Amino acid sequence: MAGLLSALRTPRGIVTVFLLLVLAVLPLLTQAFDQRYLLSVSTRIVIWSIAAVSLNVILGYGGLVSFGHAAFLGIGGYAVGILSAEGFESGWLQWPVAILVAVVWATLIGALSLRTRGVYFIMITLAFAQLVYYLSSGLAAYGGDDGLNISRSRFPGLIDLRDKAAFYWLCFVLLCGTLWFCSRLVHSRFGYVLRGAKSNELRMTALGFPVFRYRLVAFALAGAFGALAGILLANDGAYISPAMMSWVKSGDLIVIVVLGGIGALFGPLYGAVAFFVVEEFLPPLLDLLHRGWGEYWQIVFGPLLVMIALYARGGIDSLLGRRRD
Amino acid sequence: MDYLLIQVLNGVQLGLLMFLLAAGLTLTFGIMDLVNLAHGSLYMMGAYFAWTLIGWTNSFVLGALLALPACFLLGVIVEIVVARRLYARDHLDQVLATFGLILFFNELVRAIWGPEGRSIAVPAFLNRTVNILPGVPYPAYRFALIVVGTIVAILLAWLVARTRVGMLIRAGASNRRMIAALGVNIELLFSLVFGLGAVFAGLAGLMAAPIASVKIGMGDDILIVAFVIIVIGGIGSIKGAFVAAMVVGQIDIVGRAFLPDFLKTFMGAASASAAAPAISQVLIYIVMAAVLVWRPTGLFGQRT
Amino acid sequence: MKRTLLAAATIAAILGFALPSVQAQQSVKIGFVSTFSGSQAAIGEDMRRSVDLAVEHLGGKMAGKPIQIVYEDDQFKPDVGKQKSEKLVQQDKVNFVSGYIWSNVLLASLKTVVDEGDTILVGANAGPSQIAGELCNKNFFSTSWQNDQTPMAMGEYLNKKGVKSLYLMGPNYAAGKDMLAGVQRTYKGKIAGEDFTKWPDQLDFSAELAKIAQVKPAGIFIFYPGAHGVQFLKQYVQAGLNKTIPLYQVFSIDAITLPQQGELALGTLGAQEWVNDLPNEQNKRYVADFKKKYGVYPSYYGAQSYDAIMLIDSAVEALKGDLSDKAKIRAELMKANFKSLRGGFKFNTNHFPIQNFYIQEAVKDAEGKMTVKTIATAITDGKDSYYQKCAMK
Repeated sequence: MAGLLSALRTPRGIVTVFLLLVLAVLPLLTQAFDQRYLLSVSTRIVIWSIAAVSLNVILGYGGLVSFGHAAFLGIGGYAVGILSAEGFESGWLQWPVAILVAVVWATLIGALSLRTRGVYFIMITLAFAQLVYYLSSGLAAYGGDDGLNISRSRFPGLIDLRDKAAFYWLCFVLLCGTLWFCSRLVHSRFGYVLRGAKSNELRMTALGFPVFRYRLVAFALAGAFGALAGILLANDGAYISPAMMSWVKSGDLIVIVVLGGIGALFGPLYGAVAFFVVEEFLPPLLDLLHRGWGEYWQIVFGPLLVMIALYARGGIDSLLGRRRD
Repeated sequence: MDYLLIQVLNGVQLGLLMFLLAAGLTLTFGIMDLVNLAHGSLYMMGAYFAWTLIGWTNSFVLGALLALPACFLLGVIVEIVVARRLYARDHLDQVLATFGLILFFNELVRAIWGPEGRSIAVPAFLNRTVNILPGVPYPAYRFALIVVGTIVAILLAWLVARTRVGMLIRAGASNRRMIAALGVNIELLFSLVFGLGAVFAGLAGLMAAPIASVKIGMGDDILIVAFVIIVIGGIGSIKGAFVAAMVVGQIDIVGRAFLPDFLKTFMGAASASAAAPAISQVLIYIVMAAVLVWRPTGLFGQRT
Repeated sequence: MKRTLLAAATIAAILGFALPSVQAQQSVKIGFVSTFSGSQAAIGEDMRRSVDLAVEHLGGKMAGKPIQIVYEDDQFKPDVGKQKSEKLVQQDKVNFVSGYIWSNVLLASLKTVVDEGDTILVGANAGPSQIAGELCNKNFFSTSWQNDQTPMAMGEYLNKKGVKSLYLMGPNYAAGKDMLAGVQRTYKGKIAGEDFTKWPDQLDFSAELAKIAQVKPAGIFIFYPGAHGVQFLKQYVQAGLNKTIPLYQVFSIDAITLPQQGELALGTLGAQEWVNDLPNEQNKRYVADFKKKYGVYPSYYGAQSYDAIMLIDSAVEALKGDLSDKAKIRAELMKANFKSLRGGFKFNTNHFPIQNFYIQEAVKDAEGKMTVKTIATAITDGKDSYYQKCAMK
């Protein structure tokens, strides 16, 4: 409680607490105002925030630019989808299996990818993601690249995922859990080693830390939370398709993280909110100026990204004042 | 045997086209340390410029020749307005900014040239087949692509290896701060290199136009392959880009021309024709991953 | 200052959402999802023009109520399509949803619209086998076809024509596989070879064309929609194969691609359920008005969209504008009591049309513009192959 009060003294704290509060009571608001669509948008924002937070662990704190993070979402989604198509609809089975598969895959490709640096790392993670992408498009039994309509995971007696509000709250709780875990992680010894290796790998190695192993664990953890986001995404739409792990989606995730503020705990959350708000509101706004302009919203959105990259270093998070650490 | 020769030529031609695109990318990457996702947009703009200019001049060759300076100009403008400010940034900012440029260029093209795509016809004098061996016909335009691609590759090799600009480029690729310290006008050099990269990308785009089609986003899919090539070759290495482009070109053709039949020797025809495209689609990624696991900075990359 | 601004912006954003959408209850609202941006925007544009023309032909009214069309851009991505469909159903509260070029976008959006939204969807293009079969839904109607049908019509025609062997080519994705499987359902000659090419990034077909030149089949069958059709045709002609091996196509030469394919397409045969010269009054009016208004020929994408609006109109008129009872609307739609540009069709039990398929040839019109004309009827009153799998509830 004391922590919460002290957080409220900074602009960042106020915005964050306000945002979380709004997100926490959102289903009540949308019900009161009869805005079901707002709830749908918010569900997506929360799910993509989880994915972005997981990417932020390796990208923000580890300095490892993975251009294939959407593959973990896809693995999570497809594990749920395939199990459900085969008649195993219990979430108690689906979810652990999905996360396990993602962790195994992350460990495997992490062990190979982490031998490279910089752009080579960007490209090798992309290569592995493309591998998974084309594999899923080749799964004719599960819809190929048409995708597959699935039934949602079942947690009998606990929660019905078809209930939009309940599903939203589940996603929100999982986001909070992810944020909490992430904050504990980066403030632990493990997190300091990871961040130390980002700024000076040689020194950390000289100090006797097995940097490679630390990074591999971080990569696997990011894969696990990425899969969690994928599981939720599959349950949100009751649909899986290779499109959820195309390289464009990996790019979107990077944009969200950078937009929000790299290596800031709540950065991915700000980024996801901003990303979806722009996507939803920019076209109608332009249409308001002149009918028909809305379709050309990317002519505005593109330069907006350029401006953010050029002039808003540290993303939205940096607009909220200087960080303590 | 003739069939084999034709397929090898097809691979060479594809590889040369990819090399033109990759050459500019590896130059800007190696010298300015810039991850330029918008390189594919320059490829697209080259094709659209050529379409307009060919329409004006009524001549493929003239239109194409005029399109190249237009690409150079566009490249220099992009460099001055955006790219220049990104050199000192980390790769993430560059990815974000140049991703924004892709969105901008794609929608700009739609606003100017419309959504339906355009078509450039093969010039009349190349609209036939030539016999590369007696009785072995090959499309003349593709043959011309091989000739032009080879000439440009040789020119580029000469430029990099024998001229003063080339010397600076090589010096810049290995130690950027050093050449600045030597009093070279680095801003001018960078604009020049960026413009040159744009010319190569535009040339690739306009040469591909008569066999492909001129459409929005035509550079986006092919850009990934160009990145794969420069990473296999080693960033900043023209030689590496050339070798990798040739390898990728041949792999692509082999995957499509011979893999299905090869697979049929030990699996059913139905599963072979299903598996072959899937495999050939991921083949270059597997090769890239394998090369990077073996040599983490590509075939000809700088060791760190 | 920054803080206040940001807080204000956030609140404004939320309020902007929460404001009740101004809704004229008296209008008939139709949501139309298609691709209006990116490389496939030309198809979406053709559909939009046809929808606008349909509204114009209806005098802007259905049963005396003003028509309101809400266009949404799916950006050629299934997740975006689903999102936009959700918006149409949940926020705009439309009476009908229509459009959908792509199978994957339609499949992603289906549940949101027809189940969770209990809204009637009139598909104007995509026809994946799942929706014709096990995923069929009382709220889903199609004014197009099921994927397999068009190539099946081509196969029938090739049998009649006595084409001995055929080489099949298409992109390696779901619809590509459907199309190549479709032609093999009816075609009885020899399959000389089959190639699936990379999608969507293959720009070069030289390896496959060299293979074909080697195998020397009696014909080539292709499915390459949009820009890929342009590419394939160019390379096929450049390789000189047009002189020796004729080309048969589905969805690869149409009003959208013909301006770019030009004379290269001359004489090439294709199959389609609608052709711009079908001899019925409504079709003549549609094609003439479309050409007058936009200066180009409409395509089947547009014709199917026009039919979708006219089908909806028939139901709204029959119910005198009372759209409160979904069951009644479905019953009226099922009658297909409207003047289709195809000259009329009936709905099968799975809500897909029972209709004719024609063989068309690419020709030049009197003004020298490229177009297609009907040369034969390949299938009369064709049904798709999946309707028996559909247990309509």
